[in-house]
Amino acid sequence: MITFEQVSVTYPDADAPALAGVDLHVPEGELCLLVGPSGSGKSTLLGAVSGLVPHFTGGVLRGRVTVAGRDTRTHRPRDLADAVGTVGQDPLAHFVTDTVEDELAYGLESLGTPPEVMRRRVEETLDLMGLAELRDRAPASLSGGQQQRVAIGSVLAVGPRLLVLDEPTSALDPGAAEEVLAVLQRLVHDLGTTVLLAEHRLERVVQYADRVVLLPGPGLPPVTGDPAEVMAASPVFPPVVGLGRAAGWSPPPLSVRDARRRAAPLRARLAAAAPAPRTPAGRPPGEAVAEVRSLAVRRGGTAALRGVDLVLHRGSVTALMGRNGAGKSTLLGSLVGLHAPASGSVRVAGLVPHRTRPAQLVRQVGLVPQDPRDLLYGETVAAECAAADADAGAEPGTCRALVERLLPGLADGSHPRDLSEGQRLSLALAVVLTARPALLLLDEPTRGLDYAAKERLVGIVRGLAAEEPRCAVLLATHDVELAAELADRTVVLADGEVVDDGPTASVVTASPAFAPQVAKVLAPEPWLTVSQVRDALTPVGAAPGSPA
Amino acid sequence: MNPQSVDPQSVDPQAAGPRPAAPPAGPAAAAVPAARTAGGGEQRRPARDRAGRRRTARRPAAGPRQLHPGAWWLWALGLGTAASRTTNPLLLLLAAAVAGHVVAARRGDAPWSRSYGAFLRLGLVVLGIRLVFAVLLGSPVPGTRVLFTLPEVPLPDWAQGVRLGGRVTAEALAFALEDGLRLAVLLGCVGAANALASPARLLRSLPGALYEAGVAVVVAMTFAPNLVADVRRLRAARRLRGRPDRGVRALLSVGLPVLEGALERSVGLAAAMDTRGFGRTADVPPAVRRTTAALTLTGLTGVCVAVYGLLTDTGTVWALPLLAAGLAAAAGGLVLGGRRALRTRHRPDPWAAREWLTAGSGAAVAGLTVWLSTRDPGAFHPPAVPLTAPALPLLPAAAVLLGLVPAVAAPVPPRTAGQGPREAAGTREGTGAGARTAAGGPGHPRGRRARQERKDAEERKEADR
Repeated sequence: MITFEQVSVTYPDADAPALAGVDLHVPEGELCLLVGPSGSGKSTLLGAVSGLVPHFTGGVLRGRVTVAGRDTRTHRPRDLADAVGTVGQDPLAHFVTDTVEDELAYGLESLGTPPEVMRRRVEETLDLMGLAELRDRAPASLSGGQQQRVAIGSVLAVGPRLLVLDEPTSALDPGAAEEVLAVLQRLVHDLGTTVLLAEHRLERVVQYADRVVLLPGPGLPPVTGDPAEVMAASPVFPPVVGLGRAAGWSPPPLSVRDARRRAAPLRARLAAAAPAPRTPAGRPPGEAVAEVRSLAVRRGGTAALRGVDLVLHRGSVTALMGRNGAGKSTLLGSLVGLHAPASGSVRVAGLVPHRTRPAQLVRQVGLVPQDPRDLLYGETVAAECAAADADAGAEPGTCRALVERLLPGLADGSHPRDLSEGQRLSLALAVVLTARPALLLLDEPTRGLDYAAKERLVGIVRGLAAEEPRCAVLLATHDVELAAELADRTVVLADGEVVDDGPTASVVTASPAFAPQVAKVLAPEPWLTVSQVRDALTPVGAAPGSPA
Repeated sequence: MNPQSVDPQSVDPQAAGPRPAAPPAGPAAAAVPAARTAGGGEQRRPARDRAGRRRTARRPAAGPRQLHPGAWWLWALGLGTAASRTTNPLLLLLAAAVAGHVVAARRGDAPWSRSYGAFLRLGLVVLGIRLVFAVLLGSPVPGTRVLFTLPEVPLPDWAQGVRLGGRVTAEALAFALEDGLRLAVLLGCVGAANALASPARLLRSLPGALYEAGVAVVVAMTFAPNLVADVRRLRAARRLRGRPDRGVRALLSVGLPVLEGALERSVGLAAAMDTRGFGRTADVPPAVRRTTAALTLTGLTGVCVAVYGLLTDTGTVWALPLLAAGLAAAAGGLVLGGRRALRTRHRPDPWAAREWLTAGSGAAVAGLTVWLSTRDPGAFHPPAVPLTAPALPLLPAAAVLLGLVPAVAAPVPPRTAGQGPREAAGTREGTGAGARTAAGGPGHPRGRRARQERKDAEERKEADR
């Protein structure tokens, strides 16, 4: 289905090739998972399959890429449209029309399909993707999972033999991600569609893959093979594989079910030990930084928050979970005064956020929004840091020193928009921390981060909560593994109300949707993360609480 | 449901494509020839077959649906024509009220439907500017009732005929008010058409040769709401940096990031459209291509020259025939150019009785007012001097009221959003929960409609078999 012969790609103005020496063969009917750290060339490889590289992006492609028997050198993306369906990361960037039904028909119209055939295929695709009830809706008004399903349906209606997906679940809550993956499963099993999928969140997808292609780093040739084999030596791996490695299982398990079937002896071994407490003994949470009392917020005519109570203390890390649209971002926004409460009250360090001048508020509370780019206006990293110092009234050089601590070796002259997701997040974090806020809010910080960047984030946030002056941290996230790794306390929101609030260990293990993989494997024992298990298994002397 | 049915005998089995219920091996095998048929362009089905079934692919003219956008525009243009024929403020206000009532009765919940208010405000601004000019620059209308006198700025000789300041008369103000009101009402009519007819659907009805230009316009229009959302989000982000989020400076400073974001989004969309087959063209012999270009060019040149002739009153004899010839050549170019376009159309909007009624009411309003205005010019243009209270002429008023027909005749549009306007500031997941709850749930109006649609779909499938 896909054949790469000695393919290398070099973008214009780039010193090194983004992809080099790639030999790859993906047979028909496989679900092939593409993994690798950020910047290893995953998107380039996907683009080469759909023809966007080099026809759309520019650059030089050496070697030969054949997709469904067509050479991408002579076929532009539009000439491959009937054989290859491509869905990008952001479904909203994919939509051309204004109703779901027209969106599904768009590809067929472009290909000149006869109207009556088109009519039938649109109906079939509506049924196949479970979109029949949404046919007249505007794509922008749908939830994330629905949008992703519409995007997949819109390329599927054409009847392609190959689907290429770039991180289809990374922006979705666990439920919506399962919805999308179930659809992909069905396509592979019922229709025999070949699927090539890149994803950072391996814990969600690796058990469905027939084959894994690992890109170890920029310019390195890919490693292809059976998922378990590749995972055994991969630099990126889901927690369940990490658990398998820690327990010395070979080949490592790929799904919770695999691991659970092998975990009985491990559970027995761990029963004697107790997980290391995450906060060092003798450091109870400090004074309260923020108090939210029966807060209600209305947005666009609907109640986004209803009667929320929350107190955040210095030195504590709190995870805020819940499905898309549950009100997580609204709650964070209320704490920085972006939304005025309809009733109830918000106090941050004694201030009422929406009535406080931004310059004053920024010293008490800092928010890193979902897209860190929103915070960055500067032309260069240096300019951005200088502006941040001026905004916060801090000593010149404060922000730059923070950047150096969070992300050593970032060049002064690079443009913020050219950075990788992880680097951009670190820069935005440094900008926010320049004012030394007592409360730090992170909105969906791990979106688009690979495991290495995530690990670094965990280290940074732990440091902020532990070092004087201790910060209170509240992070809204869909990433259950991150919450398990980082948060002492977890608050679950649903439809604008708090439905659960308590220590992370008890909250996430109680919920099937929000339980991390390790907890699922080792239940009912209270273990949450691979690092806890590894520390318990390794002899004394290992540093407690070191990242996985 | 019969118009929906597809005769199973006549469906090309090769073009069947994937069926969800088919055995695993079937769809992939079937998809290949289907793809070839679709991609090649030359293997399209015979004309007889297509002509016989084109009707079946149209949307049914029953149930909640969008009226053909062309009908809305014809109606609005008719109303606009009527408004442009008069300066009688009562008639103008009546026309505005008619347009407003129809908008209120038949507007959907899509983003463009909210543009009506913006057009009305724009109309008021135009009216205001007209009045300010009349006050400052004086008016050609000779008036006797002086309201107040502004200090007059002496101007040099070469600026003769231009006056700054001076007397302001009630007659001049009334004249300016009527004139400005006419412009405002015209804007209101255009705004009504904008709010009632989806611009994307209108462009879908364009001939194939204009399709690509149409897409550019659609994309530009969908970007406008995104830009507004971006500006809001970035202004909120300024607050996060500790800078004031209000005021002109805040708005200006987010300009560059907003443009960068828009550019990135357009590049992303262009890539997505390319991978979805946008811009595929059929192979056309070079001779046809050259003829197309020649016809379009000469046609448009002819139209330009003819319009110039008509406007300057010098060539009334030759201009009209030239205009006709130019239009014909341009139309020929469009038809030939359409051969390059492979596109087919999914369920085009029908033109049925309701469309005739709507477009007809617009045409009737325009036709009757034009005819009446030649018979009774006084009622349409009440004299500015001497100042008199305008009277409402009965027959023209009745003619304008005909424009109310679509408020009843047009179908109620289906809802496209799950609920109220999408709030985008600060978050991208604002409507998720609402969208989910609105999607179903027995007893909920949307749920009922969804069930009805499911039933319809099932019936259609029955009919298919």
